[in-house]
Amino acid sequence: TPPYVVDHGEAGPVRCNRCKAYMCPYMQFIEGGRRFQCGFCSCVTEVPPQYFQHLDHTGKRVDCYDRPELSLGTYEFLATVDYCKNNKVPEPPAFIFLIDVSYNAVKSGMVNIVCNELKSLLDLLPRENPEMDSVVRVGFVTYNKVLHFYNVKSTLAQPQMLVVSDVSDMFVPLLDGFLVNVNESRQVIESLLEQIPEMFADTRETETVFGPVIQAGLEALKAADCAGKLFVFHTSLPIAEAPGKLKNREDKKLIGTDKEKTQFQPQVGFYNNLAKECVAQGCCVDLFLFPNQYVDVATLGVVPVSTGGSVYKYTYFQAQTDQERFLKDLRRDVQKQVGFDAVMRVRTSTGIRATDFFGSFFMNNTTDVELAGLDCDKAITVEFKHDDKLSEETGALMQCAVLYTSCGGQRRLRVHNMAVNCCSQLADLYRNCETDTIINYFAKYAFRGVANNPTKAVRDTLVNQCAQILACYRKNCASPSSAGQLILPECMKLLPVYLNCVMKSDVLLPGADVSLDDRAYLRQLIGCMDVADTHVFFYPRLLPVMKLESGSLPVALRDSEERLSKGGIYLMETGLHLFLWVGASVQQELLLNIFGTPSFSQIDPNMISLPVLDNPFSQRLREIIDSFRAQRSRYMKLMVVKQEDRTELIFKHFLVEDKSASGGASYVDFLCHMHKEIRQLLS
Amino acid sequence: SVMSTYQEFIQQNEDRDGVRFSWNLWPSSRLEATRLVVPVSCLFTPLKERPSLPPVQYEPVLCSRANCKAVLNPLCQVDFRAKIWACNFCFQRNPFPPSYAGISEVNQPAELMPQFSTIEYIVQRGPSAPLIFLYVVDTCLEEEDLQALKESLQMSLSLLPPNALVGLITFGRMVQVHELTCEGIAKSYVFRGTKDLSAKQIQEMLGLTKPAAPGQQGHPVAPQEAAASCRFLQPVHRVDMNLTDLLGELQRDPWPVSQGKRPLRSTGVALSVAVGLLEGAFPNTGARVMLFIGGPPTQGPGMVVGDELKIPIRSWHDIQKDNARHLKKATKYYEALANRSAVNGHSIDIYACALDQTGLLEMKCLSNLTGGHIVMGDSFNTSLFKQTFQRVFSKDYNGDFRMAFGGVMEVKTSREVKVCGAIGPCVSLHSKGSSVSENEMGIGGTNQWKLCSLDHSTTLGVYFEVVNQHNAPVPQGGRGAIQFVTMYQHSNTQKRIRVTTIARNWADAQSQIQHIESSFDQEAAAVLMARLGVFRAESEEGPDVLRWLDRQLIRLCQKFGQFNKEDPTSFRLSESLSLYPQFMFHLRRSPFLQVFNNSPDESSYYRHHFVRQDLTQSLIMIQPILYSYSFHGPPEPVLLDSSSILPDRILLMDTFFQLVIYHGETIAQWRKAGYQEMPEYENFKQLLQAPLDDAQEILQTRFPMPRYIDTEHGGSQARFLLSKVNPSQTHNNLYAWGQETGAPILTDDVSLQVFMDHLKKLAVSSSS
Repeated sequence: TPPYVVDHGEAGPVRCNRCKAYMCPYMQFIEGGRRFQCGFCSCVTEVPPQYFQHLDHTGKRVDCYDRPELSLGTYEFLATVDYCKNNKVPEPPAFIFLIDVSYNAVKSGMVNIVCNELKSLLDLLPRENPEMDSVVRVGFVTYNKVLHFYNVKSTLAQPQMLVVSDVSDMFVPLLDGFLVNVNESRQVIESLLEQIPEMFADTRETETVFGPVIQAGLEALKAADCAGKLFVFHTSLPIAEAPGKLKNREDKKLIGTDKEKTQFQPQVGFYNNLAKECVAQGCCVDLFLFPNQYVDVATLGVVPVSTGGSVYKYTYFQAQTDQERFLKDLRRDVQKQVGFDAVMRVRTSTGIRATDFFGSFFMNNTTDVELAGLDCDKAITVEFKHDDKLSEETGALMQCAVLYTSCGGQRRLRVHNMAVNCCSQLADLYRNCETDTIINYFAKYAFRGVANNPTKAVRDTLVNQCAQILACYRKNCASPSSAGQLILPECMKLLPVYLNCVMKSDVLLPGADVSLDDRAYLRQLIGCMDVADTHVFFYPRLLPVMKLESGSLPVALRDSEERLSKGGIYLMETGLHLFLWVGASVQQELLLNIFGTPSFSQIDPNMISLPVLDNPFSQRLREIIDSFRAQRSRYMKLMVVKQEDRTELIFKHFLVEDKSASGGASYVDFLCHMHKEIRQLLS
Repeated sequence: SVMSTYQEFIQQNEDRDGVRFSWNLWPSSRLEATRLVVPVSCLFTPLKERPSLPPVQYEPVLCSRANCKAVLNPLCQVDFRAKIWACNFCFQRNPFPPSYAGISEVNQPAELMPQFSTIEYIVQRGPSAPLIFLYVVDTCLEEEDLQALKESLQMSLSLLPPNALVGLITFGRMVQVHELTCEGIAKSYVFRGTKDLSAKQIQEMLGLTKPAAPGQQGHPVAPQEAAASCRFLQPVHRVDMNLTDLLGELQRDPWPVSQGKRPLRSTGVALSVAVGLLEGAFPNTGARVMLFIGGPPTQGPGMVVGDELKIPIRSWHDIQKDNARHLKKATKYYEALANRSAVNGHSIDIYACALDQTGLLEMKCLSNLTGGHIVMGDSFNTSLFKQTFQRVFSKDYNGDFRMAFGGVMEVKTSREVKVCGAIGPCVSLHSKGSSVSENEMGIGGTNQWKLCSLDHSTTLGVYFEVVNQHNAPVPQGGRGAIQFVTMYQHSNTQKRIRVTTIARNWADAQSQIQHIESSFDQEAAAVLMARLGVFRAESEEGPDVLRWLDRQLIRLCQKFGQFNKEDPTSFRLSESLSLYPQFMFHLRRSPFLQVFNNSPDESSYYRHHFVRQDLTQSLIMIQPILYSYSFHGPPEPVLLDSSSILPDRILLMDTFFQLVIYHGETIAQWRKAGYQEMPEYENFKQLLQAPLDDAQEILQTRFPMPRYIDTEHGGSQARFLLSKVNPSQTHNNLYAWGQETGAPILTDDVSLQVFMDHLKKLAVSSSS
């Protein structure tokens, strides 16, 4: 359910005079309700007359429980025109689809699939009121080394194509008819989507541009004076002569050297500047990549990452096997709730301070997190610094306010409030910590770090920090025991195993088969994951599925090969991948129930979905798979892995407690190593 | 009389060779020639319509001397027995080619017969190239104007030959090049209107440059190949429907124009794209860029005025005060484009229809250097534009377009004469042969000129110099000869060569001055001197040009006038010079030399037409024709004089650019009273109708169609007539003259009488 929306009228949300915190349950009303004292900065502010309410005998406003902002942790305010860019009520946002139509794009089937899908997808654009049509306008561009804009004005009998070859100095060649309402222009749009694959069916153009494509979308949004989102479907390294032109710079020899970090940095500064412009306009970029070779995700991803967008990557895309995953991702991406042109500000009570932020956004100063776009799948990790005395009495307060434009074009403020207790005993602190969150933070911190530091240094820092935490506990909290004994706090006993997973991830310790693009891709993906996402990503969920009950899931197993039995079948999800591992001597009945064949050898390892069989076991297994998929923001393609099969290597990569092929330590080894580190610190 | 014989001779030469010389007897020495004041020069119409001259189907025979290459002609000495001919220009003896083996005194090839002093050869070298028409259309027009223009353009498709290639560029804030081959989705390439792009960039952006196939290098692309590869220029028969629809769907420039602003019009870039497109796809092939504009260029390269309406477009006043910000830059820009276009043989027409100026001053070179048309009107929704445009596609007696492309005119002279230059819609090909004079008049320093587009009336002024020294007498009975060789692409795509060879007798200026005088063609001389004046006026200050013209006139009168020293009343001019001062009087008042009361665009427009029309039309421009219609007799030409404006007359004045019908005071009153409706005044109705019918005749044939003005005594439009007539009666002298007839003109201009009095005084004065 969406949060309550609060309207404070023409004067806008009631705020503290000094720190500008928004009205929330932490505001203390005094003097009979005529003033309130801010919980964050203690400043006393007059209650505006229209907001006045009497207090009851306990000092609470009598309307306290009628008002979300006085009783709930999360709610929204309607923002007034003062909160709008240029003091102008925003136009509804626009979605622009920019489709690569170079040879590879056409040949892989991507162009065809996108055009076909858009026909129905355009009816599912996000809307505020489910009963109403979406107000989001749409526009279309195709490109190779030149750009083709389309006029799809409703009055036209046929769409018109406007080719802009001057990619060095991008501009939007038309005003009227580029961004249109889907319902009004439906026929013209359908005709266009019908014809695009035909028009480029015989293309021999292999080169593409990329910078000008984003510039085109940006310019179009500027011309329409609105925020919006670009959906870019792109296949190859942009080597055609244009701003933002790139060259192949992947160099595996750099791995492990001090220069490795440069591979994570964008190879040209162009995209950083472009990202800034995009953010200023509220232009969010989602990038769908279909590479057959190196495309430089690290550089192409700069704009999506800085604008609150996403990067999707379908390496060696083939229509038959990858279509479903791509389309599910695309559908979710188009449909999901989005906000635009957002600014996030975190306010705190004295004693703590938000000092660092991790995620997909842009920051011009140290406090305002600017997001050209923001959606339900993006998390932001905030680091707080404890910089003054905290009191156990009042605890610490945090208010996160996000000002954004809704998909209906309304300017709003979403406010999250949180209060945490403070303690004076370290033991209390260790008792109340959350390892998954710590891992989320560590991972983001480390992954960001690889662009600026040698990977080895980053890994060492992680181990060191972890050792510090645990040594500190040992020193200050644990009951005395022999030095050779490893003692972990109850809430952190899994910290070493999870940290080991972070350490041996492809980003920090790539195997020989991991490309630079894969690493860059994962790196930006982790950046906007929430705690649940990072948890399953680093420590995949492994379920034995030999016995299934409705209503409950089997108990998960530890990610280690020794947990697998030849006679078993196991489901593993990582948030990105989904495996079904089949032991070589599984009972025939089980195979029959799942695959419809009693023979292990007849299971098709290339199947992308389980056959729909009319037995409770098959139904329940598929149900579980569907439920897993529903929990994730990206569609997980199912891969059936037969024991001893070639593909088992991929699967084994995710058995994270084992020693990995790339040299990552097993859990036991790492634990020993950690123990050594702790002992060193203690001695 | 000698005079009438010369008139016959002149007429005959004009009819046969399309040539009118200022002098038809040539003074035999340089010194004498300079003393004649008016240079030996001619008006030459290279493609004069000659229905009675069927072209011959073989190649011309050329003199074998490498630096001569004159064409065999009736003036050549022929030894029929030895089968040898002597070139009359360089005296080289040339054997006839084998195909001439059968010739004899009685079996002569056409080019040797005197009646074929002008002859046309069809020579088909290389593949025949289709005609190319590239429409460049301004979309910043009022709805009504755009609609009318669209209809005219759609109509024009039916007038083009089916195999002609046609293309469309539209522009406003941006420039769009439309692809014509596509089914379904209409495609166009869009260019920013503010960015100056090189030809190479434009061709790359349009996808015209393909990497050359290995082994093919050095071979020019055959036109057919180019045609297939160019999606922007397609045969009319193939894209007729598409293009009609495309034109039909053409919308006004959609970018908003705020209050107090002009629309952003990227004419400069549009033309640059057009020129670049043709340059890349069809170099050295006849092509016509047709630019349709409804206002001045307001942005990008070639911008003439900014988009702020409060800053008006430059006037002559601004220019004289050096206050025309964009003038020099824009002119330079368009000149560069015009020169590139000329190099490739592409001509550029400008159809400018707007109430205010459109920047013709800056853009005129596009047409002037490439032989393109300039048409100026108030709106595209006028018959003036519609019919003029239709007339561009008019056809001759053979059903061929009256337009030719890629003309190269070469002048060869006998050794006593050299060519100084030419004035007309041409550019120099910088070919410096032995017949080129050091002394430049007009576009000089060459004996070859390119005329990217020309028609049956395109007329060049060609200026010569007699170089024979005073002490080296010309042999008795010797004749000076000039040969014009014009190669061109006929509108039926054939390659043709027209050769005109003329000769004039030499005369000793001391002993035969009367003969020379009577050989003077005062009409041709007036036009030729006027062209020199207009040519000067393009670069010099107006008063300087007038002073130069006056000086020439006085010197001519001193040379040929008969008078007693210091006695103006004794001054007489012979018949062959008698009209010349009057032509000069009117020329001085004409819009070609006077910019007062004309906008810079108008001046450019008038001059553009003046330097390309034939003698008859040029004379009308200098001294408009006035006809009178009354009950006193049949219609008659009357003096272009205020005394001709009488209450009971209807006047029809033809200035070439305007046709004015002026109803005298009484006639106007009768017309107002409606007498023409009454059966008993049928004759009045007929009188009213007569000038209309005559006007109609002119309207139907002239290009561009003149502005038609129907006015009457006291009408505001009567100014068109009053500004042209000789102000013999003005508010200054009316009562002194004590006459009641005629119409006094409110002017301080001098009358012809006063002008003549001054002229005589100066001519007879020994001090001047």
